[in-house]
Amino acid sequence: MTATTERDVVLLEAVREIARDVAAPNADDVDRSARFPLEAIDALRERSALSALVPQDLGGGGIAFETIAACCLELGRACGATGMVFAMHQIQVATIVRHLGPDPWFERYLAELSEHQRLVASVTSEVGTGGDMGRSIAAVTPGSDGIVSFEKQAPTVSYGEHADDLLSTLRRAPDAEGGDQVVALTSKEQTTLEPTGTWDVLGMRGTCSPGFIVRATFPSEQVLSTPFARVSAESMVPASHILWSHVWLGISEDAFERARSFVRASSKRAPGQPLPAANRLSHVLGRLGLLRAEVSSGLAEFCAASEDPARERLSTLAGALRFNNLKIAASEQAVEVCRGALDVCGIVGFKNDTPFSVGRHLRDSMSGPLMIANERIRETNAGLMLIAKEV
Amino acid sequence: MNEKIRQAIRDHGRMPVDVGTLADDADLYQAGMSSHASVNVMLALEDAFDLEFPDRMLQRSVFESVASIAAALTELEAQVAG
Repeated sequence: MTATTERDVVLLEAVREIARDVAAPNADDVDRSARFPLEAIDALRERSALSALVPQDLGGGGIAFETIAACCLELGRACGATGMVFAMHQIQVATIVRHLGPDPWFERYLAELSEHQRLVASVTSEVGTGGDMGRSIAAVTPGSDGIVSFEKQAPTVSYGEHADDLLSTLRRAPDAEGGDQVVALTSKEQTTLEPTGTWDVLGMRGTCSPGFIVRATFPSEQVLSTPFARVSAESMVPASHILWSHVWLGISEDAFERARSFVRASSKRAPGQPLPAANRLSHVLGRLGLLRAEVSSGLAEFCAASEDPARERLSTLAGALRFNNLKIAASEQAVEVCRGALDVCGIVGFKNDTPFSVGRHLRDSMSGPLMIANERIRETNAGLMLIAKEV
Repeated sequence: MNEKIRQAIRDHGRMPVDVGTLADDADLYQAGMSSHASVNVMLALEDAFDLEFPDRMLQRSVFESVASIAAALTELEAQVAG
């Protein structure tokens, strides 16, 4: 495991402050107005948190992945949307950092990201693929003089309009098969986004994720040379499931804390009386314990497997099963914890303007099972379980 | 061995091209084999060669070509014989 340095401690403390002083006070407004949590993201920029995972020799923070996971949890506690935007950005950065290889353009890009604290979003889903991220329709299309282009119909692009750069999955070439994918990084200046829908949704409203037709024209050196199949198995998929899970855990922790405060307040009003809400809270604590355990073991296994230079374990089907299972378990358990917190608080939790309101938490957590639908992941797991040995 | 591997791919790989036209070292995924179909190819190979792939071999790089599959099978058969 990577040792925690002074830099890690300083960053985590700064993020805690931002969560408490900036993200939390704006969380209800971000949710109600379905607006991007700009003040929190700008505060994170000021502390150079957007380049935390970039190696120090490229101008970044050289921060451990475990610390970023802890930051996602802290932000998730304060504001689910802020936590999710931060998590998604870090997933794109981790993906690039872990697959740099012989790509000088990407090294220069990371240096620029660090200097200007650029926010990266991803364009992985695509209309017509049935939710299968392992297949693309849009392709890297060669033009003249090493310039390439693509046009991709994306059903959702989280914070697309607020991002400085986009990381998109594409077929390698117009004649490539659907599964022969690469990723390309394009800047806002090279890209146009044509909106195809709105973002008036149940939860995670501040992620501002409507659909777009994404069009970009750019030099071919902005295509990562490592094939997406490898990037996806070794980095993007496990890192997504781990950082998302930390956000969901943060949302659940805060819902639990609100329920606990409610029970404490109730017990003070009627000292010595039996308190059914306290029993219900105990059930919620049980579920929260399971969620914490699954999320922290998933993180530990990912970090241990990443220490191996070949990242062998991450590329096996058993590894894929492990992190798919984390995603399913954490997303479903988080909804249960938030739902349980609502049961504890009753009507004061149902109301949106009490110190015990957990409606936002419940609605935000309900996005988890849908972000890469759990039913689709179960279908994949069903196949993997037939052949993987130690699961 | 390679012909038996090709047969398993032909029957279960759901490839848009005939695997007989592909070279031993051609990338099967690039030729259109999906990860989903590749699981069925793995199962068919275990059946056809009467052995089990350990988890460390169950990864894309091992199943990306007829040649890489043959190398894995040869290694496993040597272990069984040894």
